[in-house]
Amino acid sequence: MAEIIDMPKLSDTMSVGTLVKWNIKEGQTVAFGDILGEVETDKATMELSCTVPGTILKIYAPAGSQLPVGAPICAIGKKGEAAPEPAAAPAPKAPATAVPAIPEKTDVSCIPAAPSSSGSVAPQSDASRAKASPYAKRMAEKAALNVAALAGSGPGGRVVGRDVAAAASAPAAAAPSGPLNVAVAPPADGKGIQPDADVPVGGMRQTIARRLLESKITVPHFYLEVEVDAAPLMAMRESLNKRLAETGADAIKLSVNDFILKASAEALRRVPAVNASWAGTSIRTHGAVHLSFGVALEDGLVTPVIRDAHAKTLKDIAVEAKSLIGKARSKKLTPGEMSGSTFTVTNLGMYGVTGFFGIINVPNAAILSVGATIKKPVVDAQDRLVIGHRMVIGLSGDHRVVDGANGAQFLQALKQLLEEPALMLI
Amino acid sequence: MAVISYREALRAAMREELKRDDKVVIMGEEVAQFNGAYKVTEGLLKEFGPKRVVDTPISEAGFIGLGIGASMLGIRPVMELMFWSFSYVAFDQIVNNAGNIRYMSGGLINCPIVIRGPANGGTNVGATHSHTPEAILASHPGIKVVCPATPYDAKGLLKAAIRDNDPVYVMENTILYNDKGEVPDEDYIVPLGVADVKREGTDLTIVAHGRAVITSLKAAEILEQEHGVSVEVVDLRSIRPLDEETILASVRKTHRALLVEENKPFCGVDAQVAYLIQSRAFDELDAPIHRVSSIDAPQIYCKRMEDQQLPDVNRVVREALKVLA
Repeated sequence: MAEIIDMPKLSDTMSVGTLVKWNIKEGQTVAFGDILGEVETDKATMELSCTVPGTILKIYAPAGSQLPVGAPICAIGKKGEAAPEPAAAPAPKAPATAVPAIPEKTDVSCIPAAPSSSGSVAPQSDASRAKASPYAKRMAEKAALNVAALAGSGPGGRVVGRDVAAAASAPAAAAPSGPLNVAVAPPADGKGIQPDADVPVGGMRQTIARRLLESKITVPHFYLEVEVDAAPLMAMRESLNKRLAETGADAIKLSVNDFILKASAEALRRVPAVNASWAGTSIRTHGAVHLSFGVALEDGLVTPVIRDAHAKTLKDIAVEAKSLIGKARSKKLTPGEMSGSTFTVTNLGMYGVTGFFGIINVPNAAILSVGATIKKPVVDAQDRLVIGHRMVIGLSGDHRVVDGANGAQFLQALKQLLEEPALMLI
Repeated sequence: MAVISYREALRAAMREELKRDDKVVIMGEEVAQFNGAYKVTEGLLKEFGPKRVVDTPISEAGFIGLGIGASMLGIRPVMELMFWSFSYVAFDQIVNNAGNIRYMSGGLINCPIVIRGPANGGTNVGATHSHTPEAILASHPGIKVVCPATPYDAKGLLKAAIRDNDPVYVMENTILYNDKGEVPDEDYIVPLGVADVKREGTDLTIVAHGRAVITSLKAAEILEQEHGVSVEVVDLRSIRPLDEETILASVRKTHRALLVEENKPFCGVDAQVAYLIQSRAFDELDAPIHRVSSIDAPQIYCKRMEDQQLPDVNRVVREALKVLA
């Protein structure tokens, strides 16, 4: 009996997957554990391993195709058997409203090759699970609104029709679809800087769009900024790296970001109120610091997580961050390596950006934004004008969880740790 | 247009059909000489004589069987059950014989019988005289069931039932017998399978049948006056065939539904209606569907408790506000 292999659901938020490549051909014999191909989810590229031995009867989805979870991708059966006709696959929907077709059968034939660790991680919020009436969801889809971003006035906070109607009639909400439809005059010389085009977006971009919009709309952000004397940190980093290179200690080179990550974990230990999440009617405090940090990719951004950073040394953190960055660039991060963070650090210092404020990575209560270390004139303790090495650090906080004073205490602790970096070593 | 009672409307339907078609006969316990246990057939014996209006022995299985046999030979009997509760002793005749003969004869034999009588609680007549078997009977393909709520519908539905070539079971309500309403003097029918929007509204659809329609209309008035809510009341009139489109059209307009019936809740008519709405108008729903039914127990004999057992205006208002939350 031939079995149809469906697009598997490889992450909590996955609703659509892209078949990056097939390792198999029709007619080929496959065994248990063979890697059939690769699937790109909303954040990672993962291998599909085979759990149904047999002959590939039919490949329904060519490499490069984007399919909703549950759509048939290939059929495996006995050699010479006719390939079954799959039921019509559901059309891919916008992630905001798509209800992923989770295969409920237990004999899911394809599982991700890399196990995704779950542990006691905070659940990622997901727009497709927003509490909204079917009518409200349909109205929102028509009005191109994200129901997850609306405040529900129904029982238990359910978004109902009147909430969508109110949002749709609000002037700010009506704007986005407008400009896209406006005909833009072609450049006078016929040669623009790039083609005029609507470029389809992949899973990662969709996820970034959805999650950051949700955060910016639903989380009341507030912003604090502090300027740090980075000279002691720079000096310590230089001396450590020099000695590490001399001793050939596994060729570790500590980055500024490694110090920031370590200092953040220590500052969270001192001000644990920031290591928490808004949970609707309560504030969930987190015992462990799971530090997430932004890694820029050519086509987007991912945020791998260093688990239990509060219990790790500077060296541990540096090694793990390097490994995660490598995986991120080759798109090999598993969903487990990208979920469950309690705090996020983002750094644009390497681009010379002097200061900025990131959008909170929900359900974190805050995000730290690190700028470049620049030389500038400062007045020292003896009122002399000297050359300073200054780094501007911004904190965006969720005001439902953290207040200005907590946020300030956290930055104060961070500043002290960075200015007296030896404290990090104890 | 004359204003007459629900009882008079039923009688007028029978009188007009007796006159129109000499195949129509009335049969049942005490329908002739005693003028009917509830006086619905009053005066018909005097007007049409003992060949057309016939008293039967107290034996439902026997006289319903007699009516079914007669109907298969071209007579159009209108049988009265003193209570629909008594249908259970003639269940084989009512369900098995009447409901299946057209199918099992390959369409050669019709069974144009009408069985009518009261099917309601609320009159302190006890658990064995208070059944509302419309859901039980309507669950059998081959059987048609109607539940008129007003004098106009009572006359129009009974006339349509008498003219229909399949078994049609008409469930009346003794509490409604004295309700008055406008009824045309000229000939008309209310087609089977056509629901009626008894009150238009925009915020909530109440679907009801039988006396629950009257309760719902009163509740709708209170909801409008005291809560500023515009309620639409859909009267099913026919349980089977069921007018699905009218129900769905109303839900598509209001996006919220409350289902009210005097049946017990388990496997009631509204269980079917709720299924219909969620399966065909899921994306229209702005709130879960709620139901108001009789409290799930044998019909309570104590009158004050029985009054609480049946859906009343307060309970409908309260549940409507929950759907509107």
